[in-house]
Amino acid sequence: MSNQYSHEKIIQLRKKRSAADRRFKTYGLIATLMGMAILFFLLFTIFSKGYSSFQKSVIELEVSYDQETLKITSDSTYEEQVKAKFFRVKKNAIANALPNLNKKDVKLINKMFSINVDKEIKEYFLNNPNILNTTQKIFVTAHSDVDQLLKGNARRNIEEKKRKLNDRQLEFFDEFVSSGRLKTKFNNFFFKNADSRHPELAGIAGSFVGSLFTLMTVFLLAFPIAIGASIYLEEFAPKNKFTELIEVNIANLAAVPSIVFGLLGLGILLNVFGFPRSTPLVGGTVLALMTLPTIIIACRASLKAVPPSIKEGALAMGASKMQAVFHHQVPLALPGTLTGTIIGLAQALGETAPLIMIGMIAFIPNIPTGFTEPSAALPVQIYLWVESSERGFQEKTAAAIMMILIFLFTMNALAVFLRSKFERKW
Amino acid sequence: MFYWSLIIIVLGIYSAYIFGKSRIKSNAKQLDIKTVSLPTYYAQYMMVWCLLPALIVYFGWIIFENQIIQNLVLANFDFELNPTLNPGLLIAEIKNVASNISFAEGKSIEIFNAAEHYSSLKFTSTVAFYLSILIFMILGVMIASRKLQPTFRAQKSIENYIKYFLFFCSTVAVLTTVGIVFSLLFESLRFFSEVSIFEFLFGTKWYPYIPIREGQSGSQGSFGAIPIFAGTFLIMIVAMSVATPIGLFTAIYLSEYASPKIRSIVKPLLEILAGVPTIVYGFFAFVTVAPFVKTFGQSLGIDASPTSALAAGLVMGIMIIPFISSLSDDVINSVPQSLREGSLGVGANKAETIKKVILPAALPGIVGAFLLGASRAIGETMIVVVAAGTAPNLTANPFENVTTVTVQIVIALIGDQEFDDPRTLSAFALGLVLFVITLILNIFALRIVKKYRERYE
Repeated sequence: MSNQYSHEKIIQLRKKRSAADRRFKTYGLIATLMGMAILFFLLFTIFSKGYSSFQKSVIELEVSYDQETLKITSDSTYEEQVKAKFFRVKKNAIANALPNLNKKDVKLINKMFSINVDKEIKEYFLNNPNILNTTQKIFVTAHSDVDQLLKGNARRNIEEKKRKLNDRQLEFFDEFVSSGRLKTKFNNFFFKNADSRHPELAGIAGSFVGSLFTLMTVFLLAFPIAIGASIYLEEFAPKNKFTELIEVNIANLAAVPSIVFGLLGLGILLNVFGFPRSTPLVGGTVLALMTLPTIIIACRASLKAVPPSIKEGALAMGASKMQAVFHHQVPLALPGTLTGTIIGLAQALGETAPLIMIGMIAFIPNIPTGFTEPSAALPVQIYLWVESSERGFQEKTAAAIMMILIFLFTMNALAVFLRSKFERKW
Repeated sequence: MFYWSLIIIVLGIYSAYIFGKSRIKSNAKQLDIKTVSLPTYYAQYMMVWCLLPALIVYFGWIIFENQIIQNLVLANFDFELNPTLNPGLLIAEIKNVASNISFAEGKSIEIFNAAEHYSSLKFTSTVAFYLSILIFMILGVMIASRKLQPTFRAQKSIENYIKYFLFFCSTVAVLTTVGIVFSLLFESLRFFSEVSIFEFLFGTKWYPYIPIREGQSGSQGSFGAIPIFAGTFLIMIVAMSVATPIGLFTAIYLSEYASPKIRSIVKPLLEILAGVPTIVYGFFAFVTVAPFVKTFGQSLGIDASPTSALAAGLVMGIMIIPFISSLSDDVINSVPQSLREGSLGVGANKAETIKKVILPAALPGIVGAFLLGASRAIGETMIVVVAAGTAPNLTANPFENVTTVTVQIVIALIGDQEFDDPRTLSAFALGLVLFVITLILNIFALRIVKKYRERYE
């Protein structure tokens, strides 16, 4: 034979081939590691940008609750106290925040405090009414610009014009820091407040509650409809063209872009049926229609997993088909369907685009109390904050993302827990 | 209205249940025969007949009440005499006055009268609503109670109702699709009555806010969507060229090389990556990847835009990695073991088996996964809204600023929406294109995957 391989040649070839084999395996390993690395980098970015948002900067002020300034007396009623002139007390306190301030300085230093300071001074008084005519040292919320500088998110060694705080304000800042009057503490506003134009006051409570209402709507609509649809398709549907149409439809609906569902909500729910705009009701309805295919697929799988012998046993005992399904098959499939629903809800929780379409993007500064009240939702809140040009909102965005990820993680953990606790092997 | 009607309906069906149960028992006692079905089925039958009329009234009212009241109020205004009057604005004003949101002072006497008319109509309507819900519930129960005879097969009848309900549930998905098609088509037709469909599909200039052609009114611009389609395509290409190799190699590694332990760690992590909301990726693109791309471009001497196609595409690719990898993983796993063993048996090593046997066998499924991934990339909204640009540039340079279909939809619908303005309606035309393209990609991909599965089953 003409092309006989020598022994060495064969060994060489084999070496080459195994090197190619190893190389190929390495490519796979690199790809997998890249995926993991990206995930950790993503989480790290969000955590490192967001954790500082759980702290806020506070400045110590000496507030003199003088009865002349407040225009109340020691025996004023609660209503009179509420209406007392706390803004004058605040003005005095800020004017005397540092020694030897001229008029211009006071203006500048006033900008270093949050606009919420009056309220904080008032609240402190209303909680301890016997401090009338005394001078108290209280920590009040600082302005977001001060906050960002203290946390190191804003740089100070750049041109004065590009900075939010000018040179004089930086002097005040250093004075506050060196005397220990400027410090950070737990940011209760972030968990207590709704959205605000002022980063230091903005919180996620409003959007969180809005998301809860929305998810509740999704659950109330999607869960019964999905179970009904799966029971019909698994047990009762005749084998004909229409059933086939439904099946194809569900498969394709699962892949329709979410923004198209937003257009459906806008074009049909808002414009034709006149649902109230920007509300959890319409947001939840749109998201329910969107997650329906996901939940139906999960429900059908769990109905299928119940062994037919159980249903057949019931039928043999004289139960009608409806009884066999509803009394025996559905209860056994319930944990599986719940798991599927929770996964569908987790998908709905992160969905932003359809909610923007139906107007849940409006600026809502208060916490919603019902399904038909305009409200925000967590992902839309994140979007609003990403788009905001104010620096202080960037850490809020990352922190809100942390909250939504924790929310998602809890839901998925619940799903896994339900599955492992109630899943039965037949 | 919602909570009160809920209470009324719940109380109504509860009393219908009680009434039905006691009635059938006494009827059976009188005739001294056993009922065909259990008494609770008769009671359930009554419940259904109480609930259905109530629901019909409720939804009828919700859909028609506003429309009718508005028409009645607006009937007093002559729009032909006053062409400047806008019915929508007028009714909003009347409603505000009626609910004391805006002060009646300074408003014309007609509006004040109309507001009073509106409030009185609204009051009448509310009273009539509760009355008719009650009457219809009672009527329903009365009609149904004639059937409360022991010989009536209540169980059969109830089970039929349940079956109808189950059928209705399964048609919701179909109705949703019909709703999508209807809303997109309807508004798109209105758009195409003002803008020619050829200009939209083949025009190369998208400037909705600048009048370009002669004889156009100041508010009307040009709607040539080619730059938008091109931008969408460019970002999709960038995304897929990130996602396909990484996703595919991950799938190969996980299904062919990795030990079960590694699989059990990596798979849930990939699922986390898949479950991250897209707005989070948008944030990531905005604060981390976009600045990086900009500096990278500068180091190459290219002037990169801060909202470049590359940044959005890269992050979108990351989003699609788990999607591609899990679909390909399924596909590779369903290649029959015998093919692997045959290849290894004639002396091929693992890499050769994968490259020469498994991948060719799994190719249709992988193509399907690729197409599904591409359809996701086209329909993805939040990443591009945050990280891609808004300028409709017709370019193939990924460092430049391009815009996508979804971005333009969001731009058109944020803020004031006037549904007689082509700028608002353009969102629906773009949505229609998006829907059709993703639908075709999906049908195609699902068909390929299905055919492939059938081959090995």
